[in-house]
Parts: sequence; structure tokens; C-alpha cells
Amino acid sequence: MTKQIRQLDRVVIRFAGDSGDGMQLTGDRFTSETAQLGNDISTLPNFPAEIRAPAGTLPGVSSFQVHFADYDILTPGDAPNVLVAMNPAALKANLADLPRGADIIVNTDEFTRRNLAKVGYATSPLDDDSLAGYAVHPVALTSMTIGALAELDVSKKDAERAKNMFALGLLSWMYSRPYESTLRFLERKFAARPELVAANVAAFRAGWNFGETTEDFSVRYEVKPAKMLPGTYRNITGNAALSLGLVAAGVRSGLPVFLGAYPITPASDILHELSKHKKFGVVTMQAEDEIAAVGAALGASYGGALGITTTSGPGVALKSETISLAVALELPLVIVDVQRAGPSTGMPTKTEQADLNMALYGRHGEAPVAVIAPKSPSDCFHAALEAARIALTYRTPVILLSDNYVANGSEPWLLPDVESLPDLRVEFATQPNGEDGTTFLPYLRDPQTLARPWAVPGTPGLEHRIGGLEKADKTGDISYDPANHDFMVRTRAARIETIPVPDVEVEDPDGDARVLVLGWGSTYGPIGAACRGLRHRGLSVAQAHLRHLAPMPANLGEVLSRYDKVVVPEMNLGQLAHVVRAKYLVDAIGYNQVRGLPFTAAELETMLEEVLKNV
Amino acid sequence: MSEPVALKLTAKDFKSDQEVRWCPGCGDYAILAAVQGFMPELNIPRENIVFVSGIGCSSRFPYYMNTYGMHSIHGRAPAIATGLSVSRPDLSVWVVTGDGDALSIGGNHLIHALRRNVNLKILLFNNRIYGLTKGQYSPTSEVGKITKSTPVGSADAPFNPLSLALGAEATFVARTIDSDRKHLQSVLRAAAQHEGSAFVEIYQNCNIFNDGAFDPLKEPATRDDFLIRLEHGQPITFGKDGQFCVVHPPGGFGLEVRETANTPAEEIVVHDAGVADPAYAFALSRLPGLDLSNTPIGVFRSVDRPSYDSVVQEQVAAARATVDKTPEQQLAALLGSGDTWTIL
Repeated sequence: MTKQIRQLDRVVIRFAGDSGDGMQLTGDRFTSETAQLGNDISTLPNFPAEIRAPAGTLPGVSSFQVHFADYDILTPGDAPNVLVAMNPAALKANLADLPRGADIIVNTDEFTRRNLAKVGYATSPLDDDSLAGYAVHPVALTSMTIGALAELDVSKKDAERAKNMFALGLLSWMYSRPYESTLRFLERKFAARPELVAANVAAFRAGWNFGETTEDFSVRYEVKPAKMLPGTYRNITGNAALSLGLVAAGVRSGLPVFLGAYPITPASDILHELSKHKKFGVVTMQAEDEIAAVGAALGASYGGALGITTTSGPGVALKSETISLAVALELPLVIVDVQRAGPSTGMPTKTEQADLNMALYGRHGEAPVAVIAPKSPSDCFHAALEAARIALTYRTPVILLSDNYVANGSEPWLLPDVESLPDLRVEFATQPNGEDGTTFLPYLRDPQTLARPWAVPGTPGLEHRIGGLEKADKTGDISYDPANHDFMVRTRAARIETIPVPDVEVEDPDGDARVLVLGWGSTYGPIGAACRGLRHRGLSVAQAHLRHLAPMPANLGEVLSRYDKVVVPEMNLGQLAHVVRAKYLVDAIGYNQVRGLPFTAAELETMLEEVLKNV
Repeated sequence: MSEPVALKLTAKDFKSDQEVRWCPGCGDYAILAAVQGFMPELNIPRENIVFVSGIGCSSRFPYYMNTYGMHSIHGRAPAIATGLSVSRPDLSVWVVTGDGDALSIGGNHLIHALRRNVNLKILLFNNRIYGLTKGQYSPTSEVGKITKSTPVGSADAPFNPLSLALGAEATFVARTIDSDRKHLQSVLRAAAQHEGSAFVEIYQNCNIFNDGAFDPLKEPATRDDFLIRLEHGQPITFGKDGQFCVVHPPGGFGLEVRETANTPAEEIVVHDAGVADPAYAFALSRLPGLDLSNTPIGVFRSVDRPSYDSVVQEQVAAARATVDKTPEQQLAALLGSGDTWTIL
């Protein structure tokens, strides 16, 4: 039978199931197929911290949302157009996010009395009219998968586990996705067990064929490729992009990369990724604790490597004494904080931007460091290079503030030409720098960068001692001189304050906006989408986004002064707004949300519309 | 391979221009002089030697050595030195620490450096007191120690640093005394020659806050009867006239001290630092009494195990051996790996 084909410009699909149902994998594969087609994409995984919460319960629900379009998009989408619910818990946990009219594909096999009771459904929502406002597609996913695999030599359990591929096949058919990469992927993933390759491929095809034959799905959709800049792309998560950025920093600096890390969600993926790149001279050390991780990185920097440590908020707290030592030693060090909801263990798999204060101020004494934040998953690559550039050029710790949203979200990444990446080569000190031609002065600064010489052990004639005790200017000898301490504290502050960073750019296509939305880090997407929405409706609003939080761009004060109102949306209780108020005496309006989830473009649009009304 | 060129360095070459600022009479002076006097023997250029310390009186040590050095933060020297040593296997890295620095605030880093067998020479100056903070009890102070923070006596049992190191399966464990320069240098020599972590406890007198802590091991009247001088391959006997010996009683787990005259010669333990099982060295470490009687000094244990540094560097070298492209080409290939698509 011939099915109707309908064109769409954008679709948001959410795959939801039990944490054991393979929803992350299903979402990843659908995303990859979609990327191959040339749509713009943005994804958002959402999963519990428990590895296997009790099956069928609400806390055990894991989901993956993918937004794809024939134009450039900025977020994973506020609300799904399609929900794939593998069990009653997945339906219940996600229903509130669905707009009326959305498609719901449910696995009816899991809607048993027992599973319904687990999540508090007295009667099945499939049997009453509670889903009347939605387009519900009941599919016996599990039993059809088992049926399709009946001829194959696999256990019932393995057959049942392949049901996510049935769902993927069905969705791939519905949205006309190219599936060759998924078949190749399955062959790679189960290379050691050919029977599982056969089972998963058969399940995928069964799902595809079901879509084609069943009358329940009368429409098939197409989303044309987006107009994107020419070049080669891959889909990439923030953590992967950040890891590659660090490898690239090693290549472009010619220095060995040393990563000291202690496992912590959501930063561990960076340790996993970097541990694969030994052929680049990358050394990774899984340290005994967060303090040892940063200590080892600092020791490696002292020896002439690019020392890096990766962690999340609680880890930064533990590392803070060592970061202060690095401030005193004036050595390069990159500290990656993949932020998660705190305080304490908080919600380790949920996102937040609440470590800004800690990054800016969370050390003892006057201990300024540079702070930068990536704005999207692929931007993590360039932000990592920028962090390394500042650390190496200015011999300072740099905190890179990623967060769970950009770390685990993904988007297409236009692969950069390696030769176009910044040149990060450094010069180690090799000669005495004192006026007498024989003395080495470890704290004699470069007048341009205020950086001190990087004299690594092994360099003859430059033997010297450094440490946490206050240093005399130039000689680096221990000094308790009051005037010297005052000078050194001010110099360390000036070292950071005078780092040249690019001006902040303002996006105001209408040119007459009176309200500026100022953001930083991962809120770039939702803020940008909200601003677009307002402009589509003829309203003027300006957007500026900070990548550099310390030092701040030199033009920021002037930019802020141009607008009647400055709105600062943040996934914290107003940390950047506080800085802006203190530093620029601007009456910034905070818009704050700490639900562990990114802003939706719609909520920002509604909020900004209110602000615009009152200008 | 040609013989290395003799550098002809002297102790003076290892003295920095900084004024030494320990209290007059501190045992640290003797250790500093012994180390500076011993360093030329290594025939390692000064620029390839690094001293890393934590916080405490002993941790001022790097400032006085004319080598590379870092005075870091409390307890963290082993962690910092690990990063340096692993990434720079060409360097000779020494850690100087104290009983508070290594065993209290930095206990975790110490045991992990030892279990990893990082190529570090760790010198623990044990004076059984907190000196720099002016006299609180330390994790090696005896139970009941009366100090500023324990006016009616400390309530907690001390660590035996060597037992702790052996529990972490350190591959080289030794003890020596600040006042015995010859012995101290012999232990340093053995430590320097060891590939992997070398842990050396140095009994050091704090003449201000814990004066005389090790007097029974130093006084001419008592020292020979108190000290057991371990020598590899030699029967363990001690005392002014060799009147005591160490035996391994059948059925027991540990070692015991007996009178030599009443012990058949074949029952006296012959010291073997190369015993693979750390239980032997551990038993030696348990011999001393609370009054410091039966205190062994010398090398308790010295066994071969690949250092962490060498294993890590071998993994990197093996990976790099497969590379036949420039780093930029490799990077371009890495960035473009996985599922990619091209837009024209």
C-alpha cells in the first residue's frame, strides 16, 4: 500500500523507557541516521544516576530527546512531537511534557497490571480516555520483536532485549531515515556475537516493515536537509568535543598532555576518551582522589607538560587548595568542571550552572584564575583550545566551566581544518635572565603577558626553587616584605585582568533593541531560540553571550550601558547577574531556574515578552 | 656504551644561596648536610634532580638544595611528584616529608604512591611531633603524649610508618637516624639505586618540642643494645657484645628477640631484604618496644617490581610506535573519525 508522505520542517522525538531498555543507544542511532541525512540536530539525554533503578519504576526512566530540522536549530526542543514510551513508567514520567496532539507510540506488552500498579495507574491509560488528546499508537513491541526473531538462534531474553531496535526501525521508517550506518554499527558492536547482530538487524527490519504495512501509521514524514555551511560534519557530544580539544591542544603546543582525574559524573567520559589517545603522547592517570588528580597535573605542568584535571563541582572544591598553589607558582593548568546540580552530591546526572561563584572566587587568599565556558556541545572543542592557550601563554590555572547539558547533548560539528587551529607553541626558558648574565630570576616577568619564565627541570643553569610561600618579585626568594606582598597580590590580579579576550558580540538584527539578554555557557541555545521567536513576531531583542567570565571582555561595560534593561537567565540563583551588578553597576534582571534541566525556549520567550512590555 | 662522564660535583654544589632557617640544634641540619654530602655520588647533573616537599619544618628542605625544587602544600608532595615523575622519567625525583605531612594529612597520597611504585625517593623525617605549628602531637606520637593539644595525654594509637609502608607493599623500605651520617648516607645510596618507590624513615630530633625522642638510640650507653643494624645476608644479632639475636619461632607469625648464647646459630634469622613476601619485613617493623628497644635500622625490604612510571611510558611508547603520520595528520584523522557526512 502506498503511504502518504508529508513534509515537516522540524520534529522533536523523545525515546523513553526503563534504564535497561537501551534508550540512550536507540536515541544515539536515530541521531546518527538523522545527521547522515543532513538535518540540523540537537540532542538531550536524560537519565537517572542509578545504573539500574528498580525496573518499571518512575526513578528508573531514561530518555533521549532528539530535535531535527531543515534549518539551523539551537536547542533539543522544548516539547516532543513524538513520544516513544516503552512502559507505563516512561509514559507517566513524560506525558506532562507533551503538547496536545502529539504522537505517542506505546509498547502495549509492558502495560500489564503489575507494571501499571508500580507507577500508580489504577487502570490502563490505554483503556480510558485520559489520552484522548493525543494520537496514540499502541504497538506490541516486545511480542512482535520476539515473533520476528523466532527463527533465529537467540534466547528469549536476548530477543526481548532487541525491542529497542524494533522501535528504532519503526521510527526510522516513519521519518524516512537512512539506516545503513545503524546496520554497520550493529555489526561492529556485536562483532564477537554474530547471533546478536542477526537478532538486532532482524528486529530493526521488523520495525521498519511494520511501519510500512500497518494501517495504524498512514503517514510517513520527511524533513529535508538543512542548509548548512559546506564541509565535513560529525555529530558530537560536549564531552567528546572537549576531549578532542585537549588532544588538539597537545598537538598544537607540541607538549605532552597529562590528565590527572578521579572518576566523577558527568566528567568521567573525558578521562575515558583521553585514555584512548596514547599515540598522541597523552598520559592519563586515574588518581587516588581529586586532590591527587590536580596535584599530579600540576607536577606534570612543572615538568613541562600541559597539565589538565577534569571533574565536576565537588571535585573542584577538593582541588581548590592546589589551584591556589598553581596561582602562586604561576604554572599552566587546565581545570575542567562539568557542572551538575549541587550542593554536595545533589543530582549528579542533571545540569546546573551553579559553580560560577566557585570558579571565580572559590579559593583562599586573592587567587584569581581565568574562567571560560563553552556555549554548545561542539563549542567545547574550541573552548578547550582556548583554555589551553590562556593557560600556556599566561602561565595560569584556567577553569573551563562545561555542564551536564552541553557535556551529554550533541549537535553536528563542522570539522575544523587542523592548520587553522591556534598555534599554541611555547618557549621554555633556556638561559639565565638576570642582568649579570649568570643569575636566573624565576619571577622576572614578560612585560607583555606578565608571565614568568617556564624553566623546566632538566635545564642546566636554571636550577631554582618555587613554592607556596610568598615570593619576592623577580628573584622568587621567600619574602615576608609587606610592600612585596602587596605588589605580588596586585600583580597576580593584573595578570588575569589584562589577558586580552575577544570583545563580546551583540546579536541585534533589528538594530533597535532596548533589552539585552546576557547569558553564559550552555544557555546559549535556549536564549538564542527565544530571541528568534520574539523577532519572528516582530519584537526587537538583543542577545550577548559570554564565553570569557574572567577576565570579562573589555567592551562588556559599554555594551551593557546601551540597553534600557539587561536580563540574565541562568541555571542558578543569579551568579552572573550578581557579578554584572557589582562590576558594572547595572541593574541586571535575573531569571533563574534550578530544576536540573535546561531552560525551554518557550519559557524564556514568555519571560522576555513580559520584560519587553515594560520597557 | 661509554662510561658516564664524572661530573666532579661536591657537597658545596648542592648548597643553595638561601639562609637555612631551622631552629639551632634541629636534626634537620644533619640530614641536610648528609644529603648534600651524598648527592655528588649519584653523578647526576644538578638540573636533573628535583626535590618536592609538602608543609612542615622538614618541607623547607628544597629551598636549601641547589637543584630544582618545589615547596608545595600540606600532604600533597607525593601526588605532585607523581605527576612530575611519570611525565619526566629522565629526572631523579625526591620527596621530603614529615610525620604529620606524610601520615596525617597526606596519608592517602603516600600509600598510593607506594602501591603504584612511582619512581620516587621519599624521605620521611619522623620527629613524632608537629614542630612548625608549635608542638601538637603527631600520628607517630606515643599514646598518652602530653602536648598543647593533648594536655592530659593523647588518646589515639600511633602509626608505625614502616608497617604502614609495608602494608602498601612498598618495594623499598628503610629506616635510619639523623645523627648517624654514615648510616644515613648508606641508606640514601641504596634508596637512590632502587627503581620504584623508595621509602626511608629518618628518626629526627626536634630539640624544641620533642627533645630526646630518640635518645636511647643515640646515647653511647644504650644505643648498641637498642639498635638492630640490618645487613643483607648477615645473621641478625645486636647488642654491645652481640648478645641478642632475632629468631622466627616455629608456629608464630612474627620475629622475636632471644639471647644469642642460648640460641643455636642456625635458628638466627639471616637478613634478606629481597624476600618477596612483605610479611618478613613487616615482622621486622614490629620488633621495637614502646621504649625503642629492638629498633632495626637499615634496609628492611628491597624487591624488584616495574615502576608505575615505566609501565605508563611503555604504554605510550607502544602506542606511538604504530604512528606513521605527523601529529597534525593524526589529529585530522582523529577529528574525522566515526560517522561523518559532507555538505557540498
